[in-house]
Amino acid sequence: MVKQEQELDNRPDNTAFTQQRLPAWQPMLSAGIVIPGFVLIGLAFIGIGVALFVTSRSIQVLEIDYTGVAQDSPCYRCSDPDTKNCVCTMDFSIDTLFKGPVFFYYGLTNYFQNYRRYGASKDASQLSGDLEYFKNPSSDCSPYQYDNDKPIVPCGSIANSMFNDTFKLYQIVNGARKQVPLDGKGIAWWTDYNVKYRNPSVTPLRNAFNGTVKPVFWSRPAYELDPTDPANNGFINQDFLVWMRRAALPNFRKLYRRITEGDYAEGLPAGNYSLEIAYNYPVLSFDGEKKVVFSNVSWMGGKNEFLGIAYLVIGSLCIVMSIVMLIVYAKFKFPEED
Amino acid sequence: RSCPANEAFIPPKFCDNRIVSSKYTVWNFLPKNLFEQFRRIANFYFLIIFLVQVIVDTPTSPVTSGLPLFFVITVTAIKQGYEDWLRHKADNEVNKYPVTVLEDGRRIRKESEKIKVGDVVEVEENETFPCDLILLQSSRDDDTCFVTTASLDGESNHKTHYTVPDTEKDLESLNATIECEQPQPDLYKFVGRMHIYKNNQEPAVRSLGPENLLLKGATLKNTQKICGVAVYTGMETKMALNYQGKSQKRSAVEKSINAFLLVYLCILVSKALVCTTLKYVWQSKPGQDEPWYNEKTQREKDTNLYLKMFTDFLSFMVLFNFIIPVSMYVTVEMQKFLGSFFITWDKDFFDPEIQEGALVNTSDLNEELGQVEYVFTDKTGTLTQNNMEFIECCIDGFQYKYRDASSELDGFCVTDGPVYLDKWEELFLRALCLCHTVQVKEPTEGFIASSPDEVALVKGAMRYGFTFLGLESKTMKILNRNNDVEMYELLHVLNFDPVRRRMSVIVRAISGDTLLFCKGADSSIFPRVRQEEVERIRMHVERNATEGYRTLCVAYKYLSAEEYAQADAGLREARLALQDREQKLMAVYNQVETGMSLIGATAVEDRLQEEAAETMEALQGAGMKVWVLTGDKMETAKSTCYACRLFQRNTELLELTVRTLEDGGRRREERLHELLLEYHKKAVQDAPPVKAGVTRSWSLTNQDYGFIIDGATLSMVLNSSTESNSSRYKNLFLQICQNCTAVLCCRMAPLQKAQIVKMVKNSKGCPITLSIGDGANDVSMILEAHVGIGIKGKEGRQAVRNSDYAIPKLKHLKKLLLAHGHLYYVRIAHLVQYFFYKNLCFILPQFLYQFFCGYSQQPLYDAAYLTMYNICFTSMPILAYSLLEQHICMEVLLDNATLYREIAKNAMLRWGPFLYWTLLGVFHGLLFFFGVRYLFSNPALQDNGQVFGNWSYGTIVFTVLVFTVTLKLALDTRHWTWINHFVIWGSLAFYVFFSFFWGGIIWPFLRQQRLYFVFANMLSSVSAWLVIILLILLSLLPEILLVVFRKPRGPHSRQIAAVTPLSYKHLKERQ
Repeated sequence: MVKQEQELDNRPDNTAFTQQRLPAWQPMLSAGIVIPGFVLIGLAFIGIGVALFVTSRSIQVLEIDYTGVAQDSPCYRCSDPDTKNCVCTMDFSIDTLFKGPVFFYYGLTNYFQNYRRYGASKDASQLSGDLEYFKNPSSDCSPYQYDNDKPIVPCGSIANSMFNDTFKLYQIVNGARKQVPLDGKGIAWWTDYNVKYRNPSVTPLRNAFNGTVKPVFWSRPAYELDPTDPANNGFINQDFLVWMRRAALPNFRKLYRRITEGDYAEGLPAGNYSLEIAYNYPVLSFDGEKKVVFSNVSWMGGKNEFLGIAYLVIGSLCIVMSIVMLIVYAKFKFPEED
Repeated sequence: RSCPANEAFIPPKFCDNRIVSSKYTVWNFLPKNLFEQFRRIANFYFLIIFLVQVIVDTPTSPVTSGLPLFFVITVTAIKQGYEDWLRHKADNEVNKYPVTVLEDGRRIRKESEKIKVGDVVEVEENETFPCDLILLQSSRDDDTCFVTTASLDGESNHKTHYTVPDTEKDLESLNATIECEQPQPDLYKFVGRMHIYKNNQEPAVRSLGPENLLLKGATLKNTQKICGVAVYTGMETKMALNYQGKSQKRSAVEKSINAFLLVYLCILVSKALVCTTLKYVWQSKPGQDEPWYNEKTQREKDTNLYLKMFTDFLSFMVLFNFIIPVSMYVTVEMQKFLGSFFITWDKDFFDPEIQEGALVNTSDLNEELGQVEYVFTDKTGTLTQNNMEFIECCIDGFQYKYRDASSELDGFCVTDGPVYLDKWEELFLRALCLCHTVQVKEPTEGFIASSPDEVALVKGAMRYGFTFLGLESKTMKILNRNNDVEMYELLHVLNFDPVRRRMSVIVRAISGDTLLFCKGADSSIFPRVRQEEVERIRMHVERNATEGYRTLCVAYKYLSAEEYAQADAGLREARLALQDREQKLMAVYNQVETGMSLIGATAVEDRLQEEAAETMEALQGAGMKVWVLTGDKMETAKSTCYACRLFQRNTELLELTVRTLEDGGRRREERLHELLLEYHKKAVQDAPPVKAGVTRSWSLTNQDYGFIIDGATLSMVLNSSTESNSSRYKNLFLQICQNCTAVLCCRMAPLQKAQIVKMVKNSKGCPITLSIGDGANDVSMILEAHVGIGIKGKEGRQAVRNSDYAIPKLKHLKKLLLAHGHLYYVRIAHLVQYFFYKNLCFILPQFLYQFFCGYSQQPLYDAAYLTMYNICFTSMPILAYSLLEQHICMEVLLDNATLYREIAKNAMLRWGPFLYWTLLGVFHGLLFFFGVRYLFSNPALQDNGQVFGNWSYGTIVFTVLVFTVTLKLALDTRHWTWINHFVIWGSLAFYVFFSFFWGGIIWPFLRQQRLYFVFANMLSSVSAWLVIILLILLSLLPEILLVVFRKPRGPHSRQIAAVTPLSYKHLKERQ
């Protein structure tokens, strides 16, 4: 009895795990699975690709460069950095109805919003409304931390360099200019507007900014960014939020306004339009360009040919591969099935 | 070195009896452990990265590399601390063990650690000796005591130790000093001298040998109590000296890892260099360095340009350092540690006879088991069972075969000669009964001896009517055929040693005749007997040897009184010698053992181990070359080789032995030269050239060669007279051997075995060698080979203690190598390649991103992702894979030994596969980055027209990355257990869950909520979904194609494909 017990002690456990005999599924990628699989995937991809391609094709895009590099550009006059409060007008026409809702983007090129130090140059605590950091902004904000020993709010490079061109769009109806209403709401992420960025809970808002100065580049302090809507001021100003979400690449566009109201809810009808630009933002010093983009969106977002084409290519590749495989296996007479 | 016995003065130079095996104390643990850990190059590298992150303004916070490093260091420290705590506990147990010390005639209880050199210690039965003691007094009448050294060398038989002769019974009045050699680790060697001072007399000198020394750690048996004087204490005891760890063996995989690491380090440095250079080229364009929206701080402007370059370089290094992950080391270590359990757990390795399974002494070499090219095996006890049985004998030229007692009255039958040769017969049997060191085990009628041959011989003699009754106070008793007890006084035992290859006893019969009986190998006996007797017996011996029996010759001589006196004096003098005692003894032995008369020879059969032939066949089929290294004589060894099918019937044997050298009648050296060239021509030059690329051809149409060499010839080959010849012979010899399927080296001394292993190990191509053996004489080759395997055999535990792996039987070697070794190798090779791959395609997008962010070291991924990627998201699937994968199931591996060749020569970790994996990583990295890059040409990806920023970009890339890398592993997995399913799908689910969680809460401890709702927003975009699916599929497509197209072509794939789908269930039914 004792001997038997001892034997049990010493003998290794006879379990599936210890004996490496766990029941296992051993998948074999055989031609019988792969070829139909490829055909299926190929068909699915081609289907998606066609849908994407068609959708992308149906999206209308209108891009207007207004940097004013060329001498014949209406904005050439404004591109000189010494001119202040310059306004220029770009005229354009639309042949067919530009289906709504139309999204109005501004775009910049060769602008490195993803530069590391630029991206770090902000004070998140300040932007979430912590008054403590109004007086002592984070040193990350340097060199936009203090201006003449007074704390800058909002501090840092990103906030300081906020895009400040403004646009007014007119439709020319019978020679008269009819302003197209632009909707500035819902252009920033909901969570940014409602959770991530917070104004200090001080009313009126401007009191919170006592003892601070506006960013050097700004013409108006943060609490007066949108004189028309008091709820769109401070750190939760939608334009500010859009700007603060850094672009991934040096050529980017950001949402400026949506055209959703009044006569233009269905889109921009065919006709002549005039875009009045308050030209403030200097880009020539770094070889940048500025443009406005009108676009409508679909379920897949903005116009993007890449996805549709990629799906089509990969889908057809799968089909081709399955045919090749079929030929190869026909030649080798399906060696696995012998 | 001298130490006094029973003297008050104790020189302070001896250490106390404290055993300290622990490394740390409470106080020095932290600094010492940290120092030790950071001595490892990898840890040091990560520490440097961490420090750079702390000091320099770098893109990622120090936490990203500090946390993993801290984790690794802490886990290791805890593990080492725990081990050390266990050692402390064990040390304390030993050190605080109460012992009895005799002081001034009183018995005092002391703690073991307080014993000093010179103390007289009393030990009772079944106690272990607290330090190395010289036996002064025993409670047994015959001044002996029995000990077992099971805990030292595993030999469980009782060994007899003797008191120092002529010491007085009253220890209190004993006044003596002991001189002995400096402490040395050899358990079986000890030389010393004791000066006994008696009142006003010349001091008497007594020699001390290993038989007087009781080793610390051994246990006293069958003896009530003994007293001994401490000679070596504490760390100077032989046990402590033997405790030192073995030298570290590094596996070939580890070397590959280091080579790959170097490549990746180069990639890392060049990446950083490229980025730094480009950054400054880019910045030199006006307007780029400092655009108005991104002005520099005053400090940055003031910094020296070159310093800035340097810190930029460091920053890039930090940014890309994840390409060499901390976690790889942890995972590899864990894989090895956990994986080795499968060997110990394997019930196929369990031997019901000895109630033990396999033993893993080091887990570092698991994968090496799959890479073995040369197997060096011992014969006795390894290929054969070392279970001897007396088969026949030859007395005075006539053969006697044992038959069952029924056929003949005494069970003794002469087959080819006159029946009555009583005088010779009885002399022969007496010799068998007397010439040995066998002890009679008292409780049961059994014999114990260090060599099983002796037991077989004594048992054989017993069957013929001569029974050895035992040794009592120097008197050997024999029960003869007439049931009379004969008494012989044992005068001297001339011990067996492998150099002399014989042993002798000198006994005095009642009649007063002094006789010397000698038995030993034929080669060592024949030159020492009268030549006219030799020829008749040689024939029998050679025939027996070819039949695979172990033969011994027995000789005797009468010693006249003068002769004996001379021998006695010589022996005593030599035994007292402090220096060169061995040589002096040897000289006396050789002098005494001359002019003997040959009585006869014995043949003992040593049966083959179970499945020895099958195992050897499998090993050869797996492309391994099997070399038999044995101390046995050629004929015996050859027959064993035939028996276990190492030599086949059609194998042409190339012999290079003393005999073939002497054939030509010319000088040996010349003949050696000639033969070597001839064999070389035969085996190497005329052999069909082995095609490169194809694994070494193995077909029956080729002529197989077997090579036989003996120890004497080998030493001629290795130590030839001229230097140039020596290296040339060695080369020729190696080339011949490499072209032979089996090589037999007989008449090897232990050191020669190691020499051969070393020679092969260092030969061209550095083949992986494996030594397997069971006895103390195999230890040197076990230590020398890449992998040393011990067999838990009958010759004690020394081989097992020094081995890397120990198995109960030879037959287990097949599964250990073909199944476990193969799987371990495949697993770890895949683990290593996969780790490098997954980190390359992890970091490559981050590198590419630098081209789009002005070389500003902007990380693509969030810090949390950077940190968690290797720790949480992708570590578990590969660990599970590397523990559980069976790309071919074990039964198939065992049945098709040739599969082993497919992974030979580190096949999966050569530069080819490495390049493949690296290219795959590059391909994936490029695909991930540029796929998303083109998607982001319009960042308005949501149907509400809002745009995505840089963190969304990174998150999309990272999501594709995690899924692709995990699914790639899923594609490679051929053996899906529930653990694989759980871990692979669990990791992906965890990634999704974590991303939601991490981005779903404003974390108070984070300064920037970069990822706040980024993941959720990404999922709300159809385009993001589509691009993720597209990129994952596109990355895996080539892989799938490769798998499909490669299948019908591989040489063995059809065979494997035909069998692998057999599920476990199916196999179970088959069993």
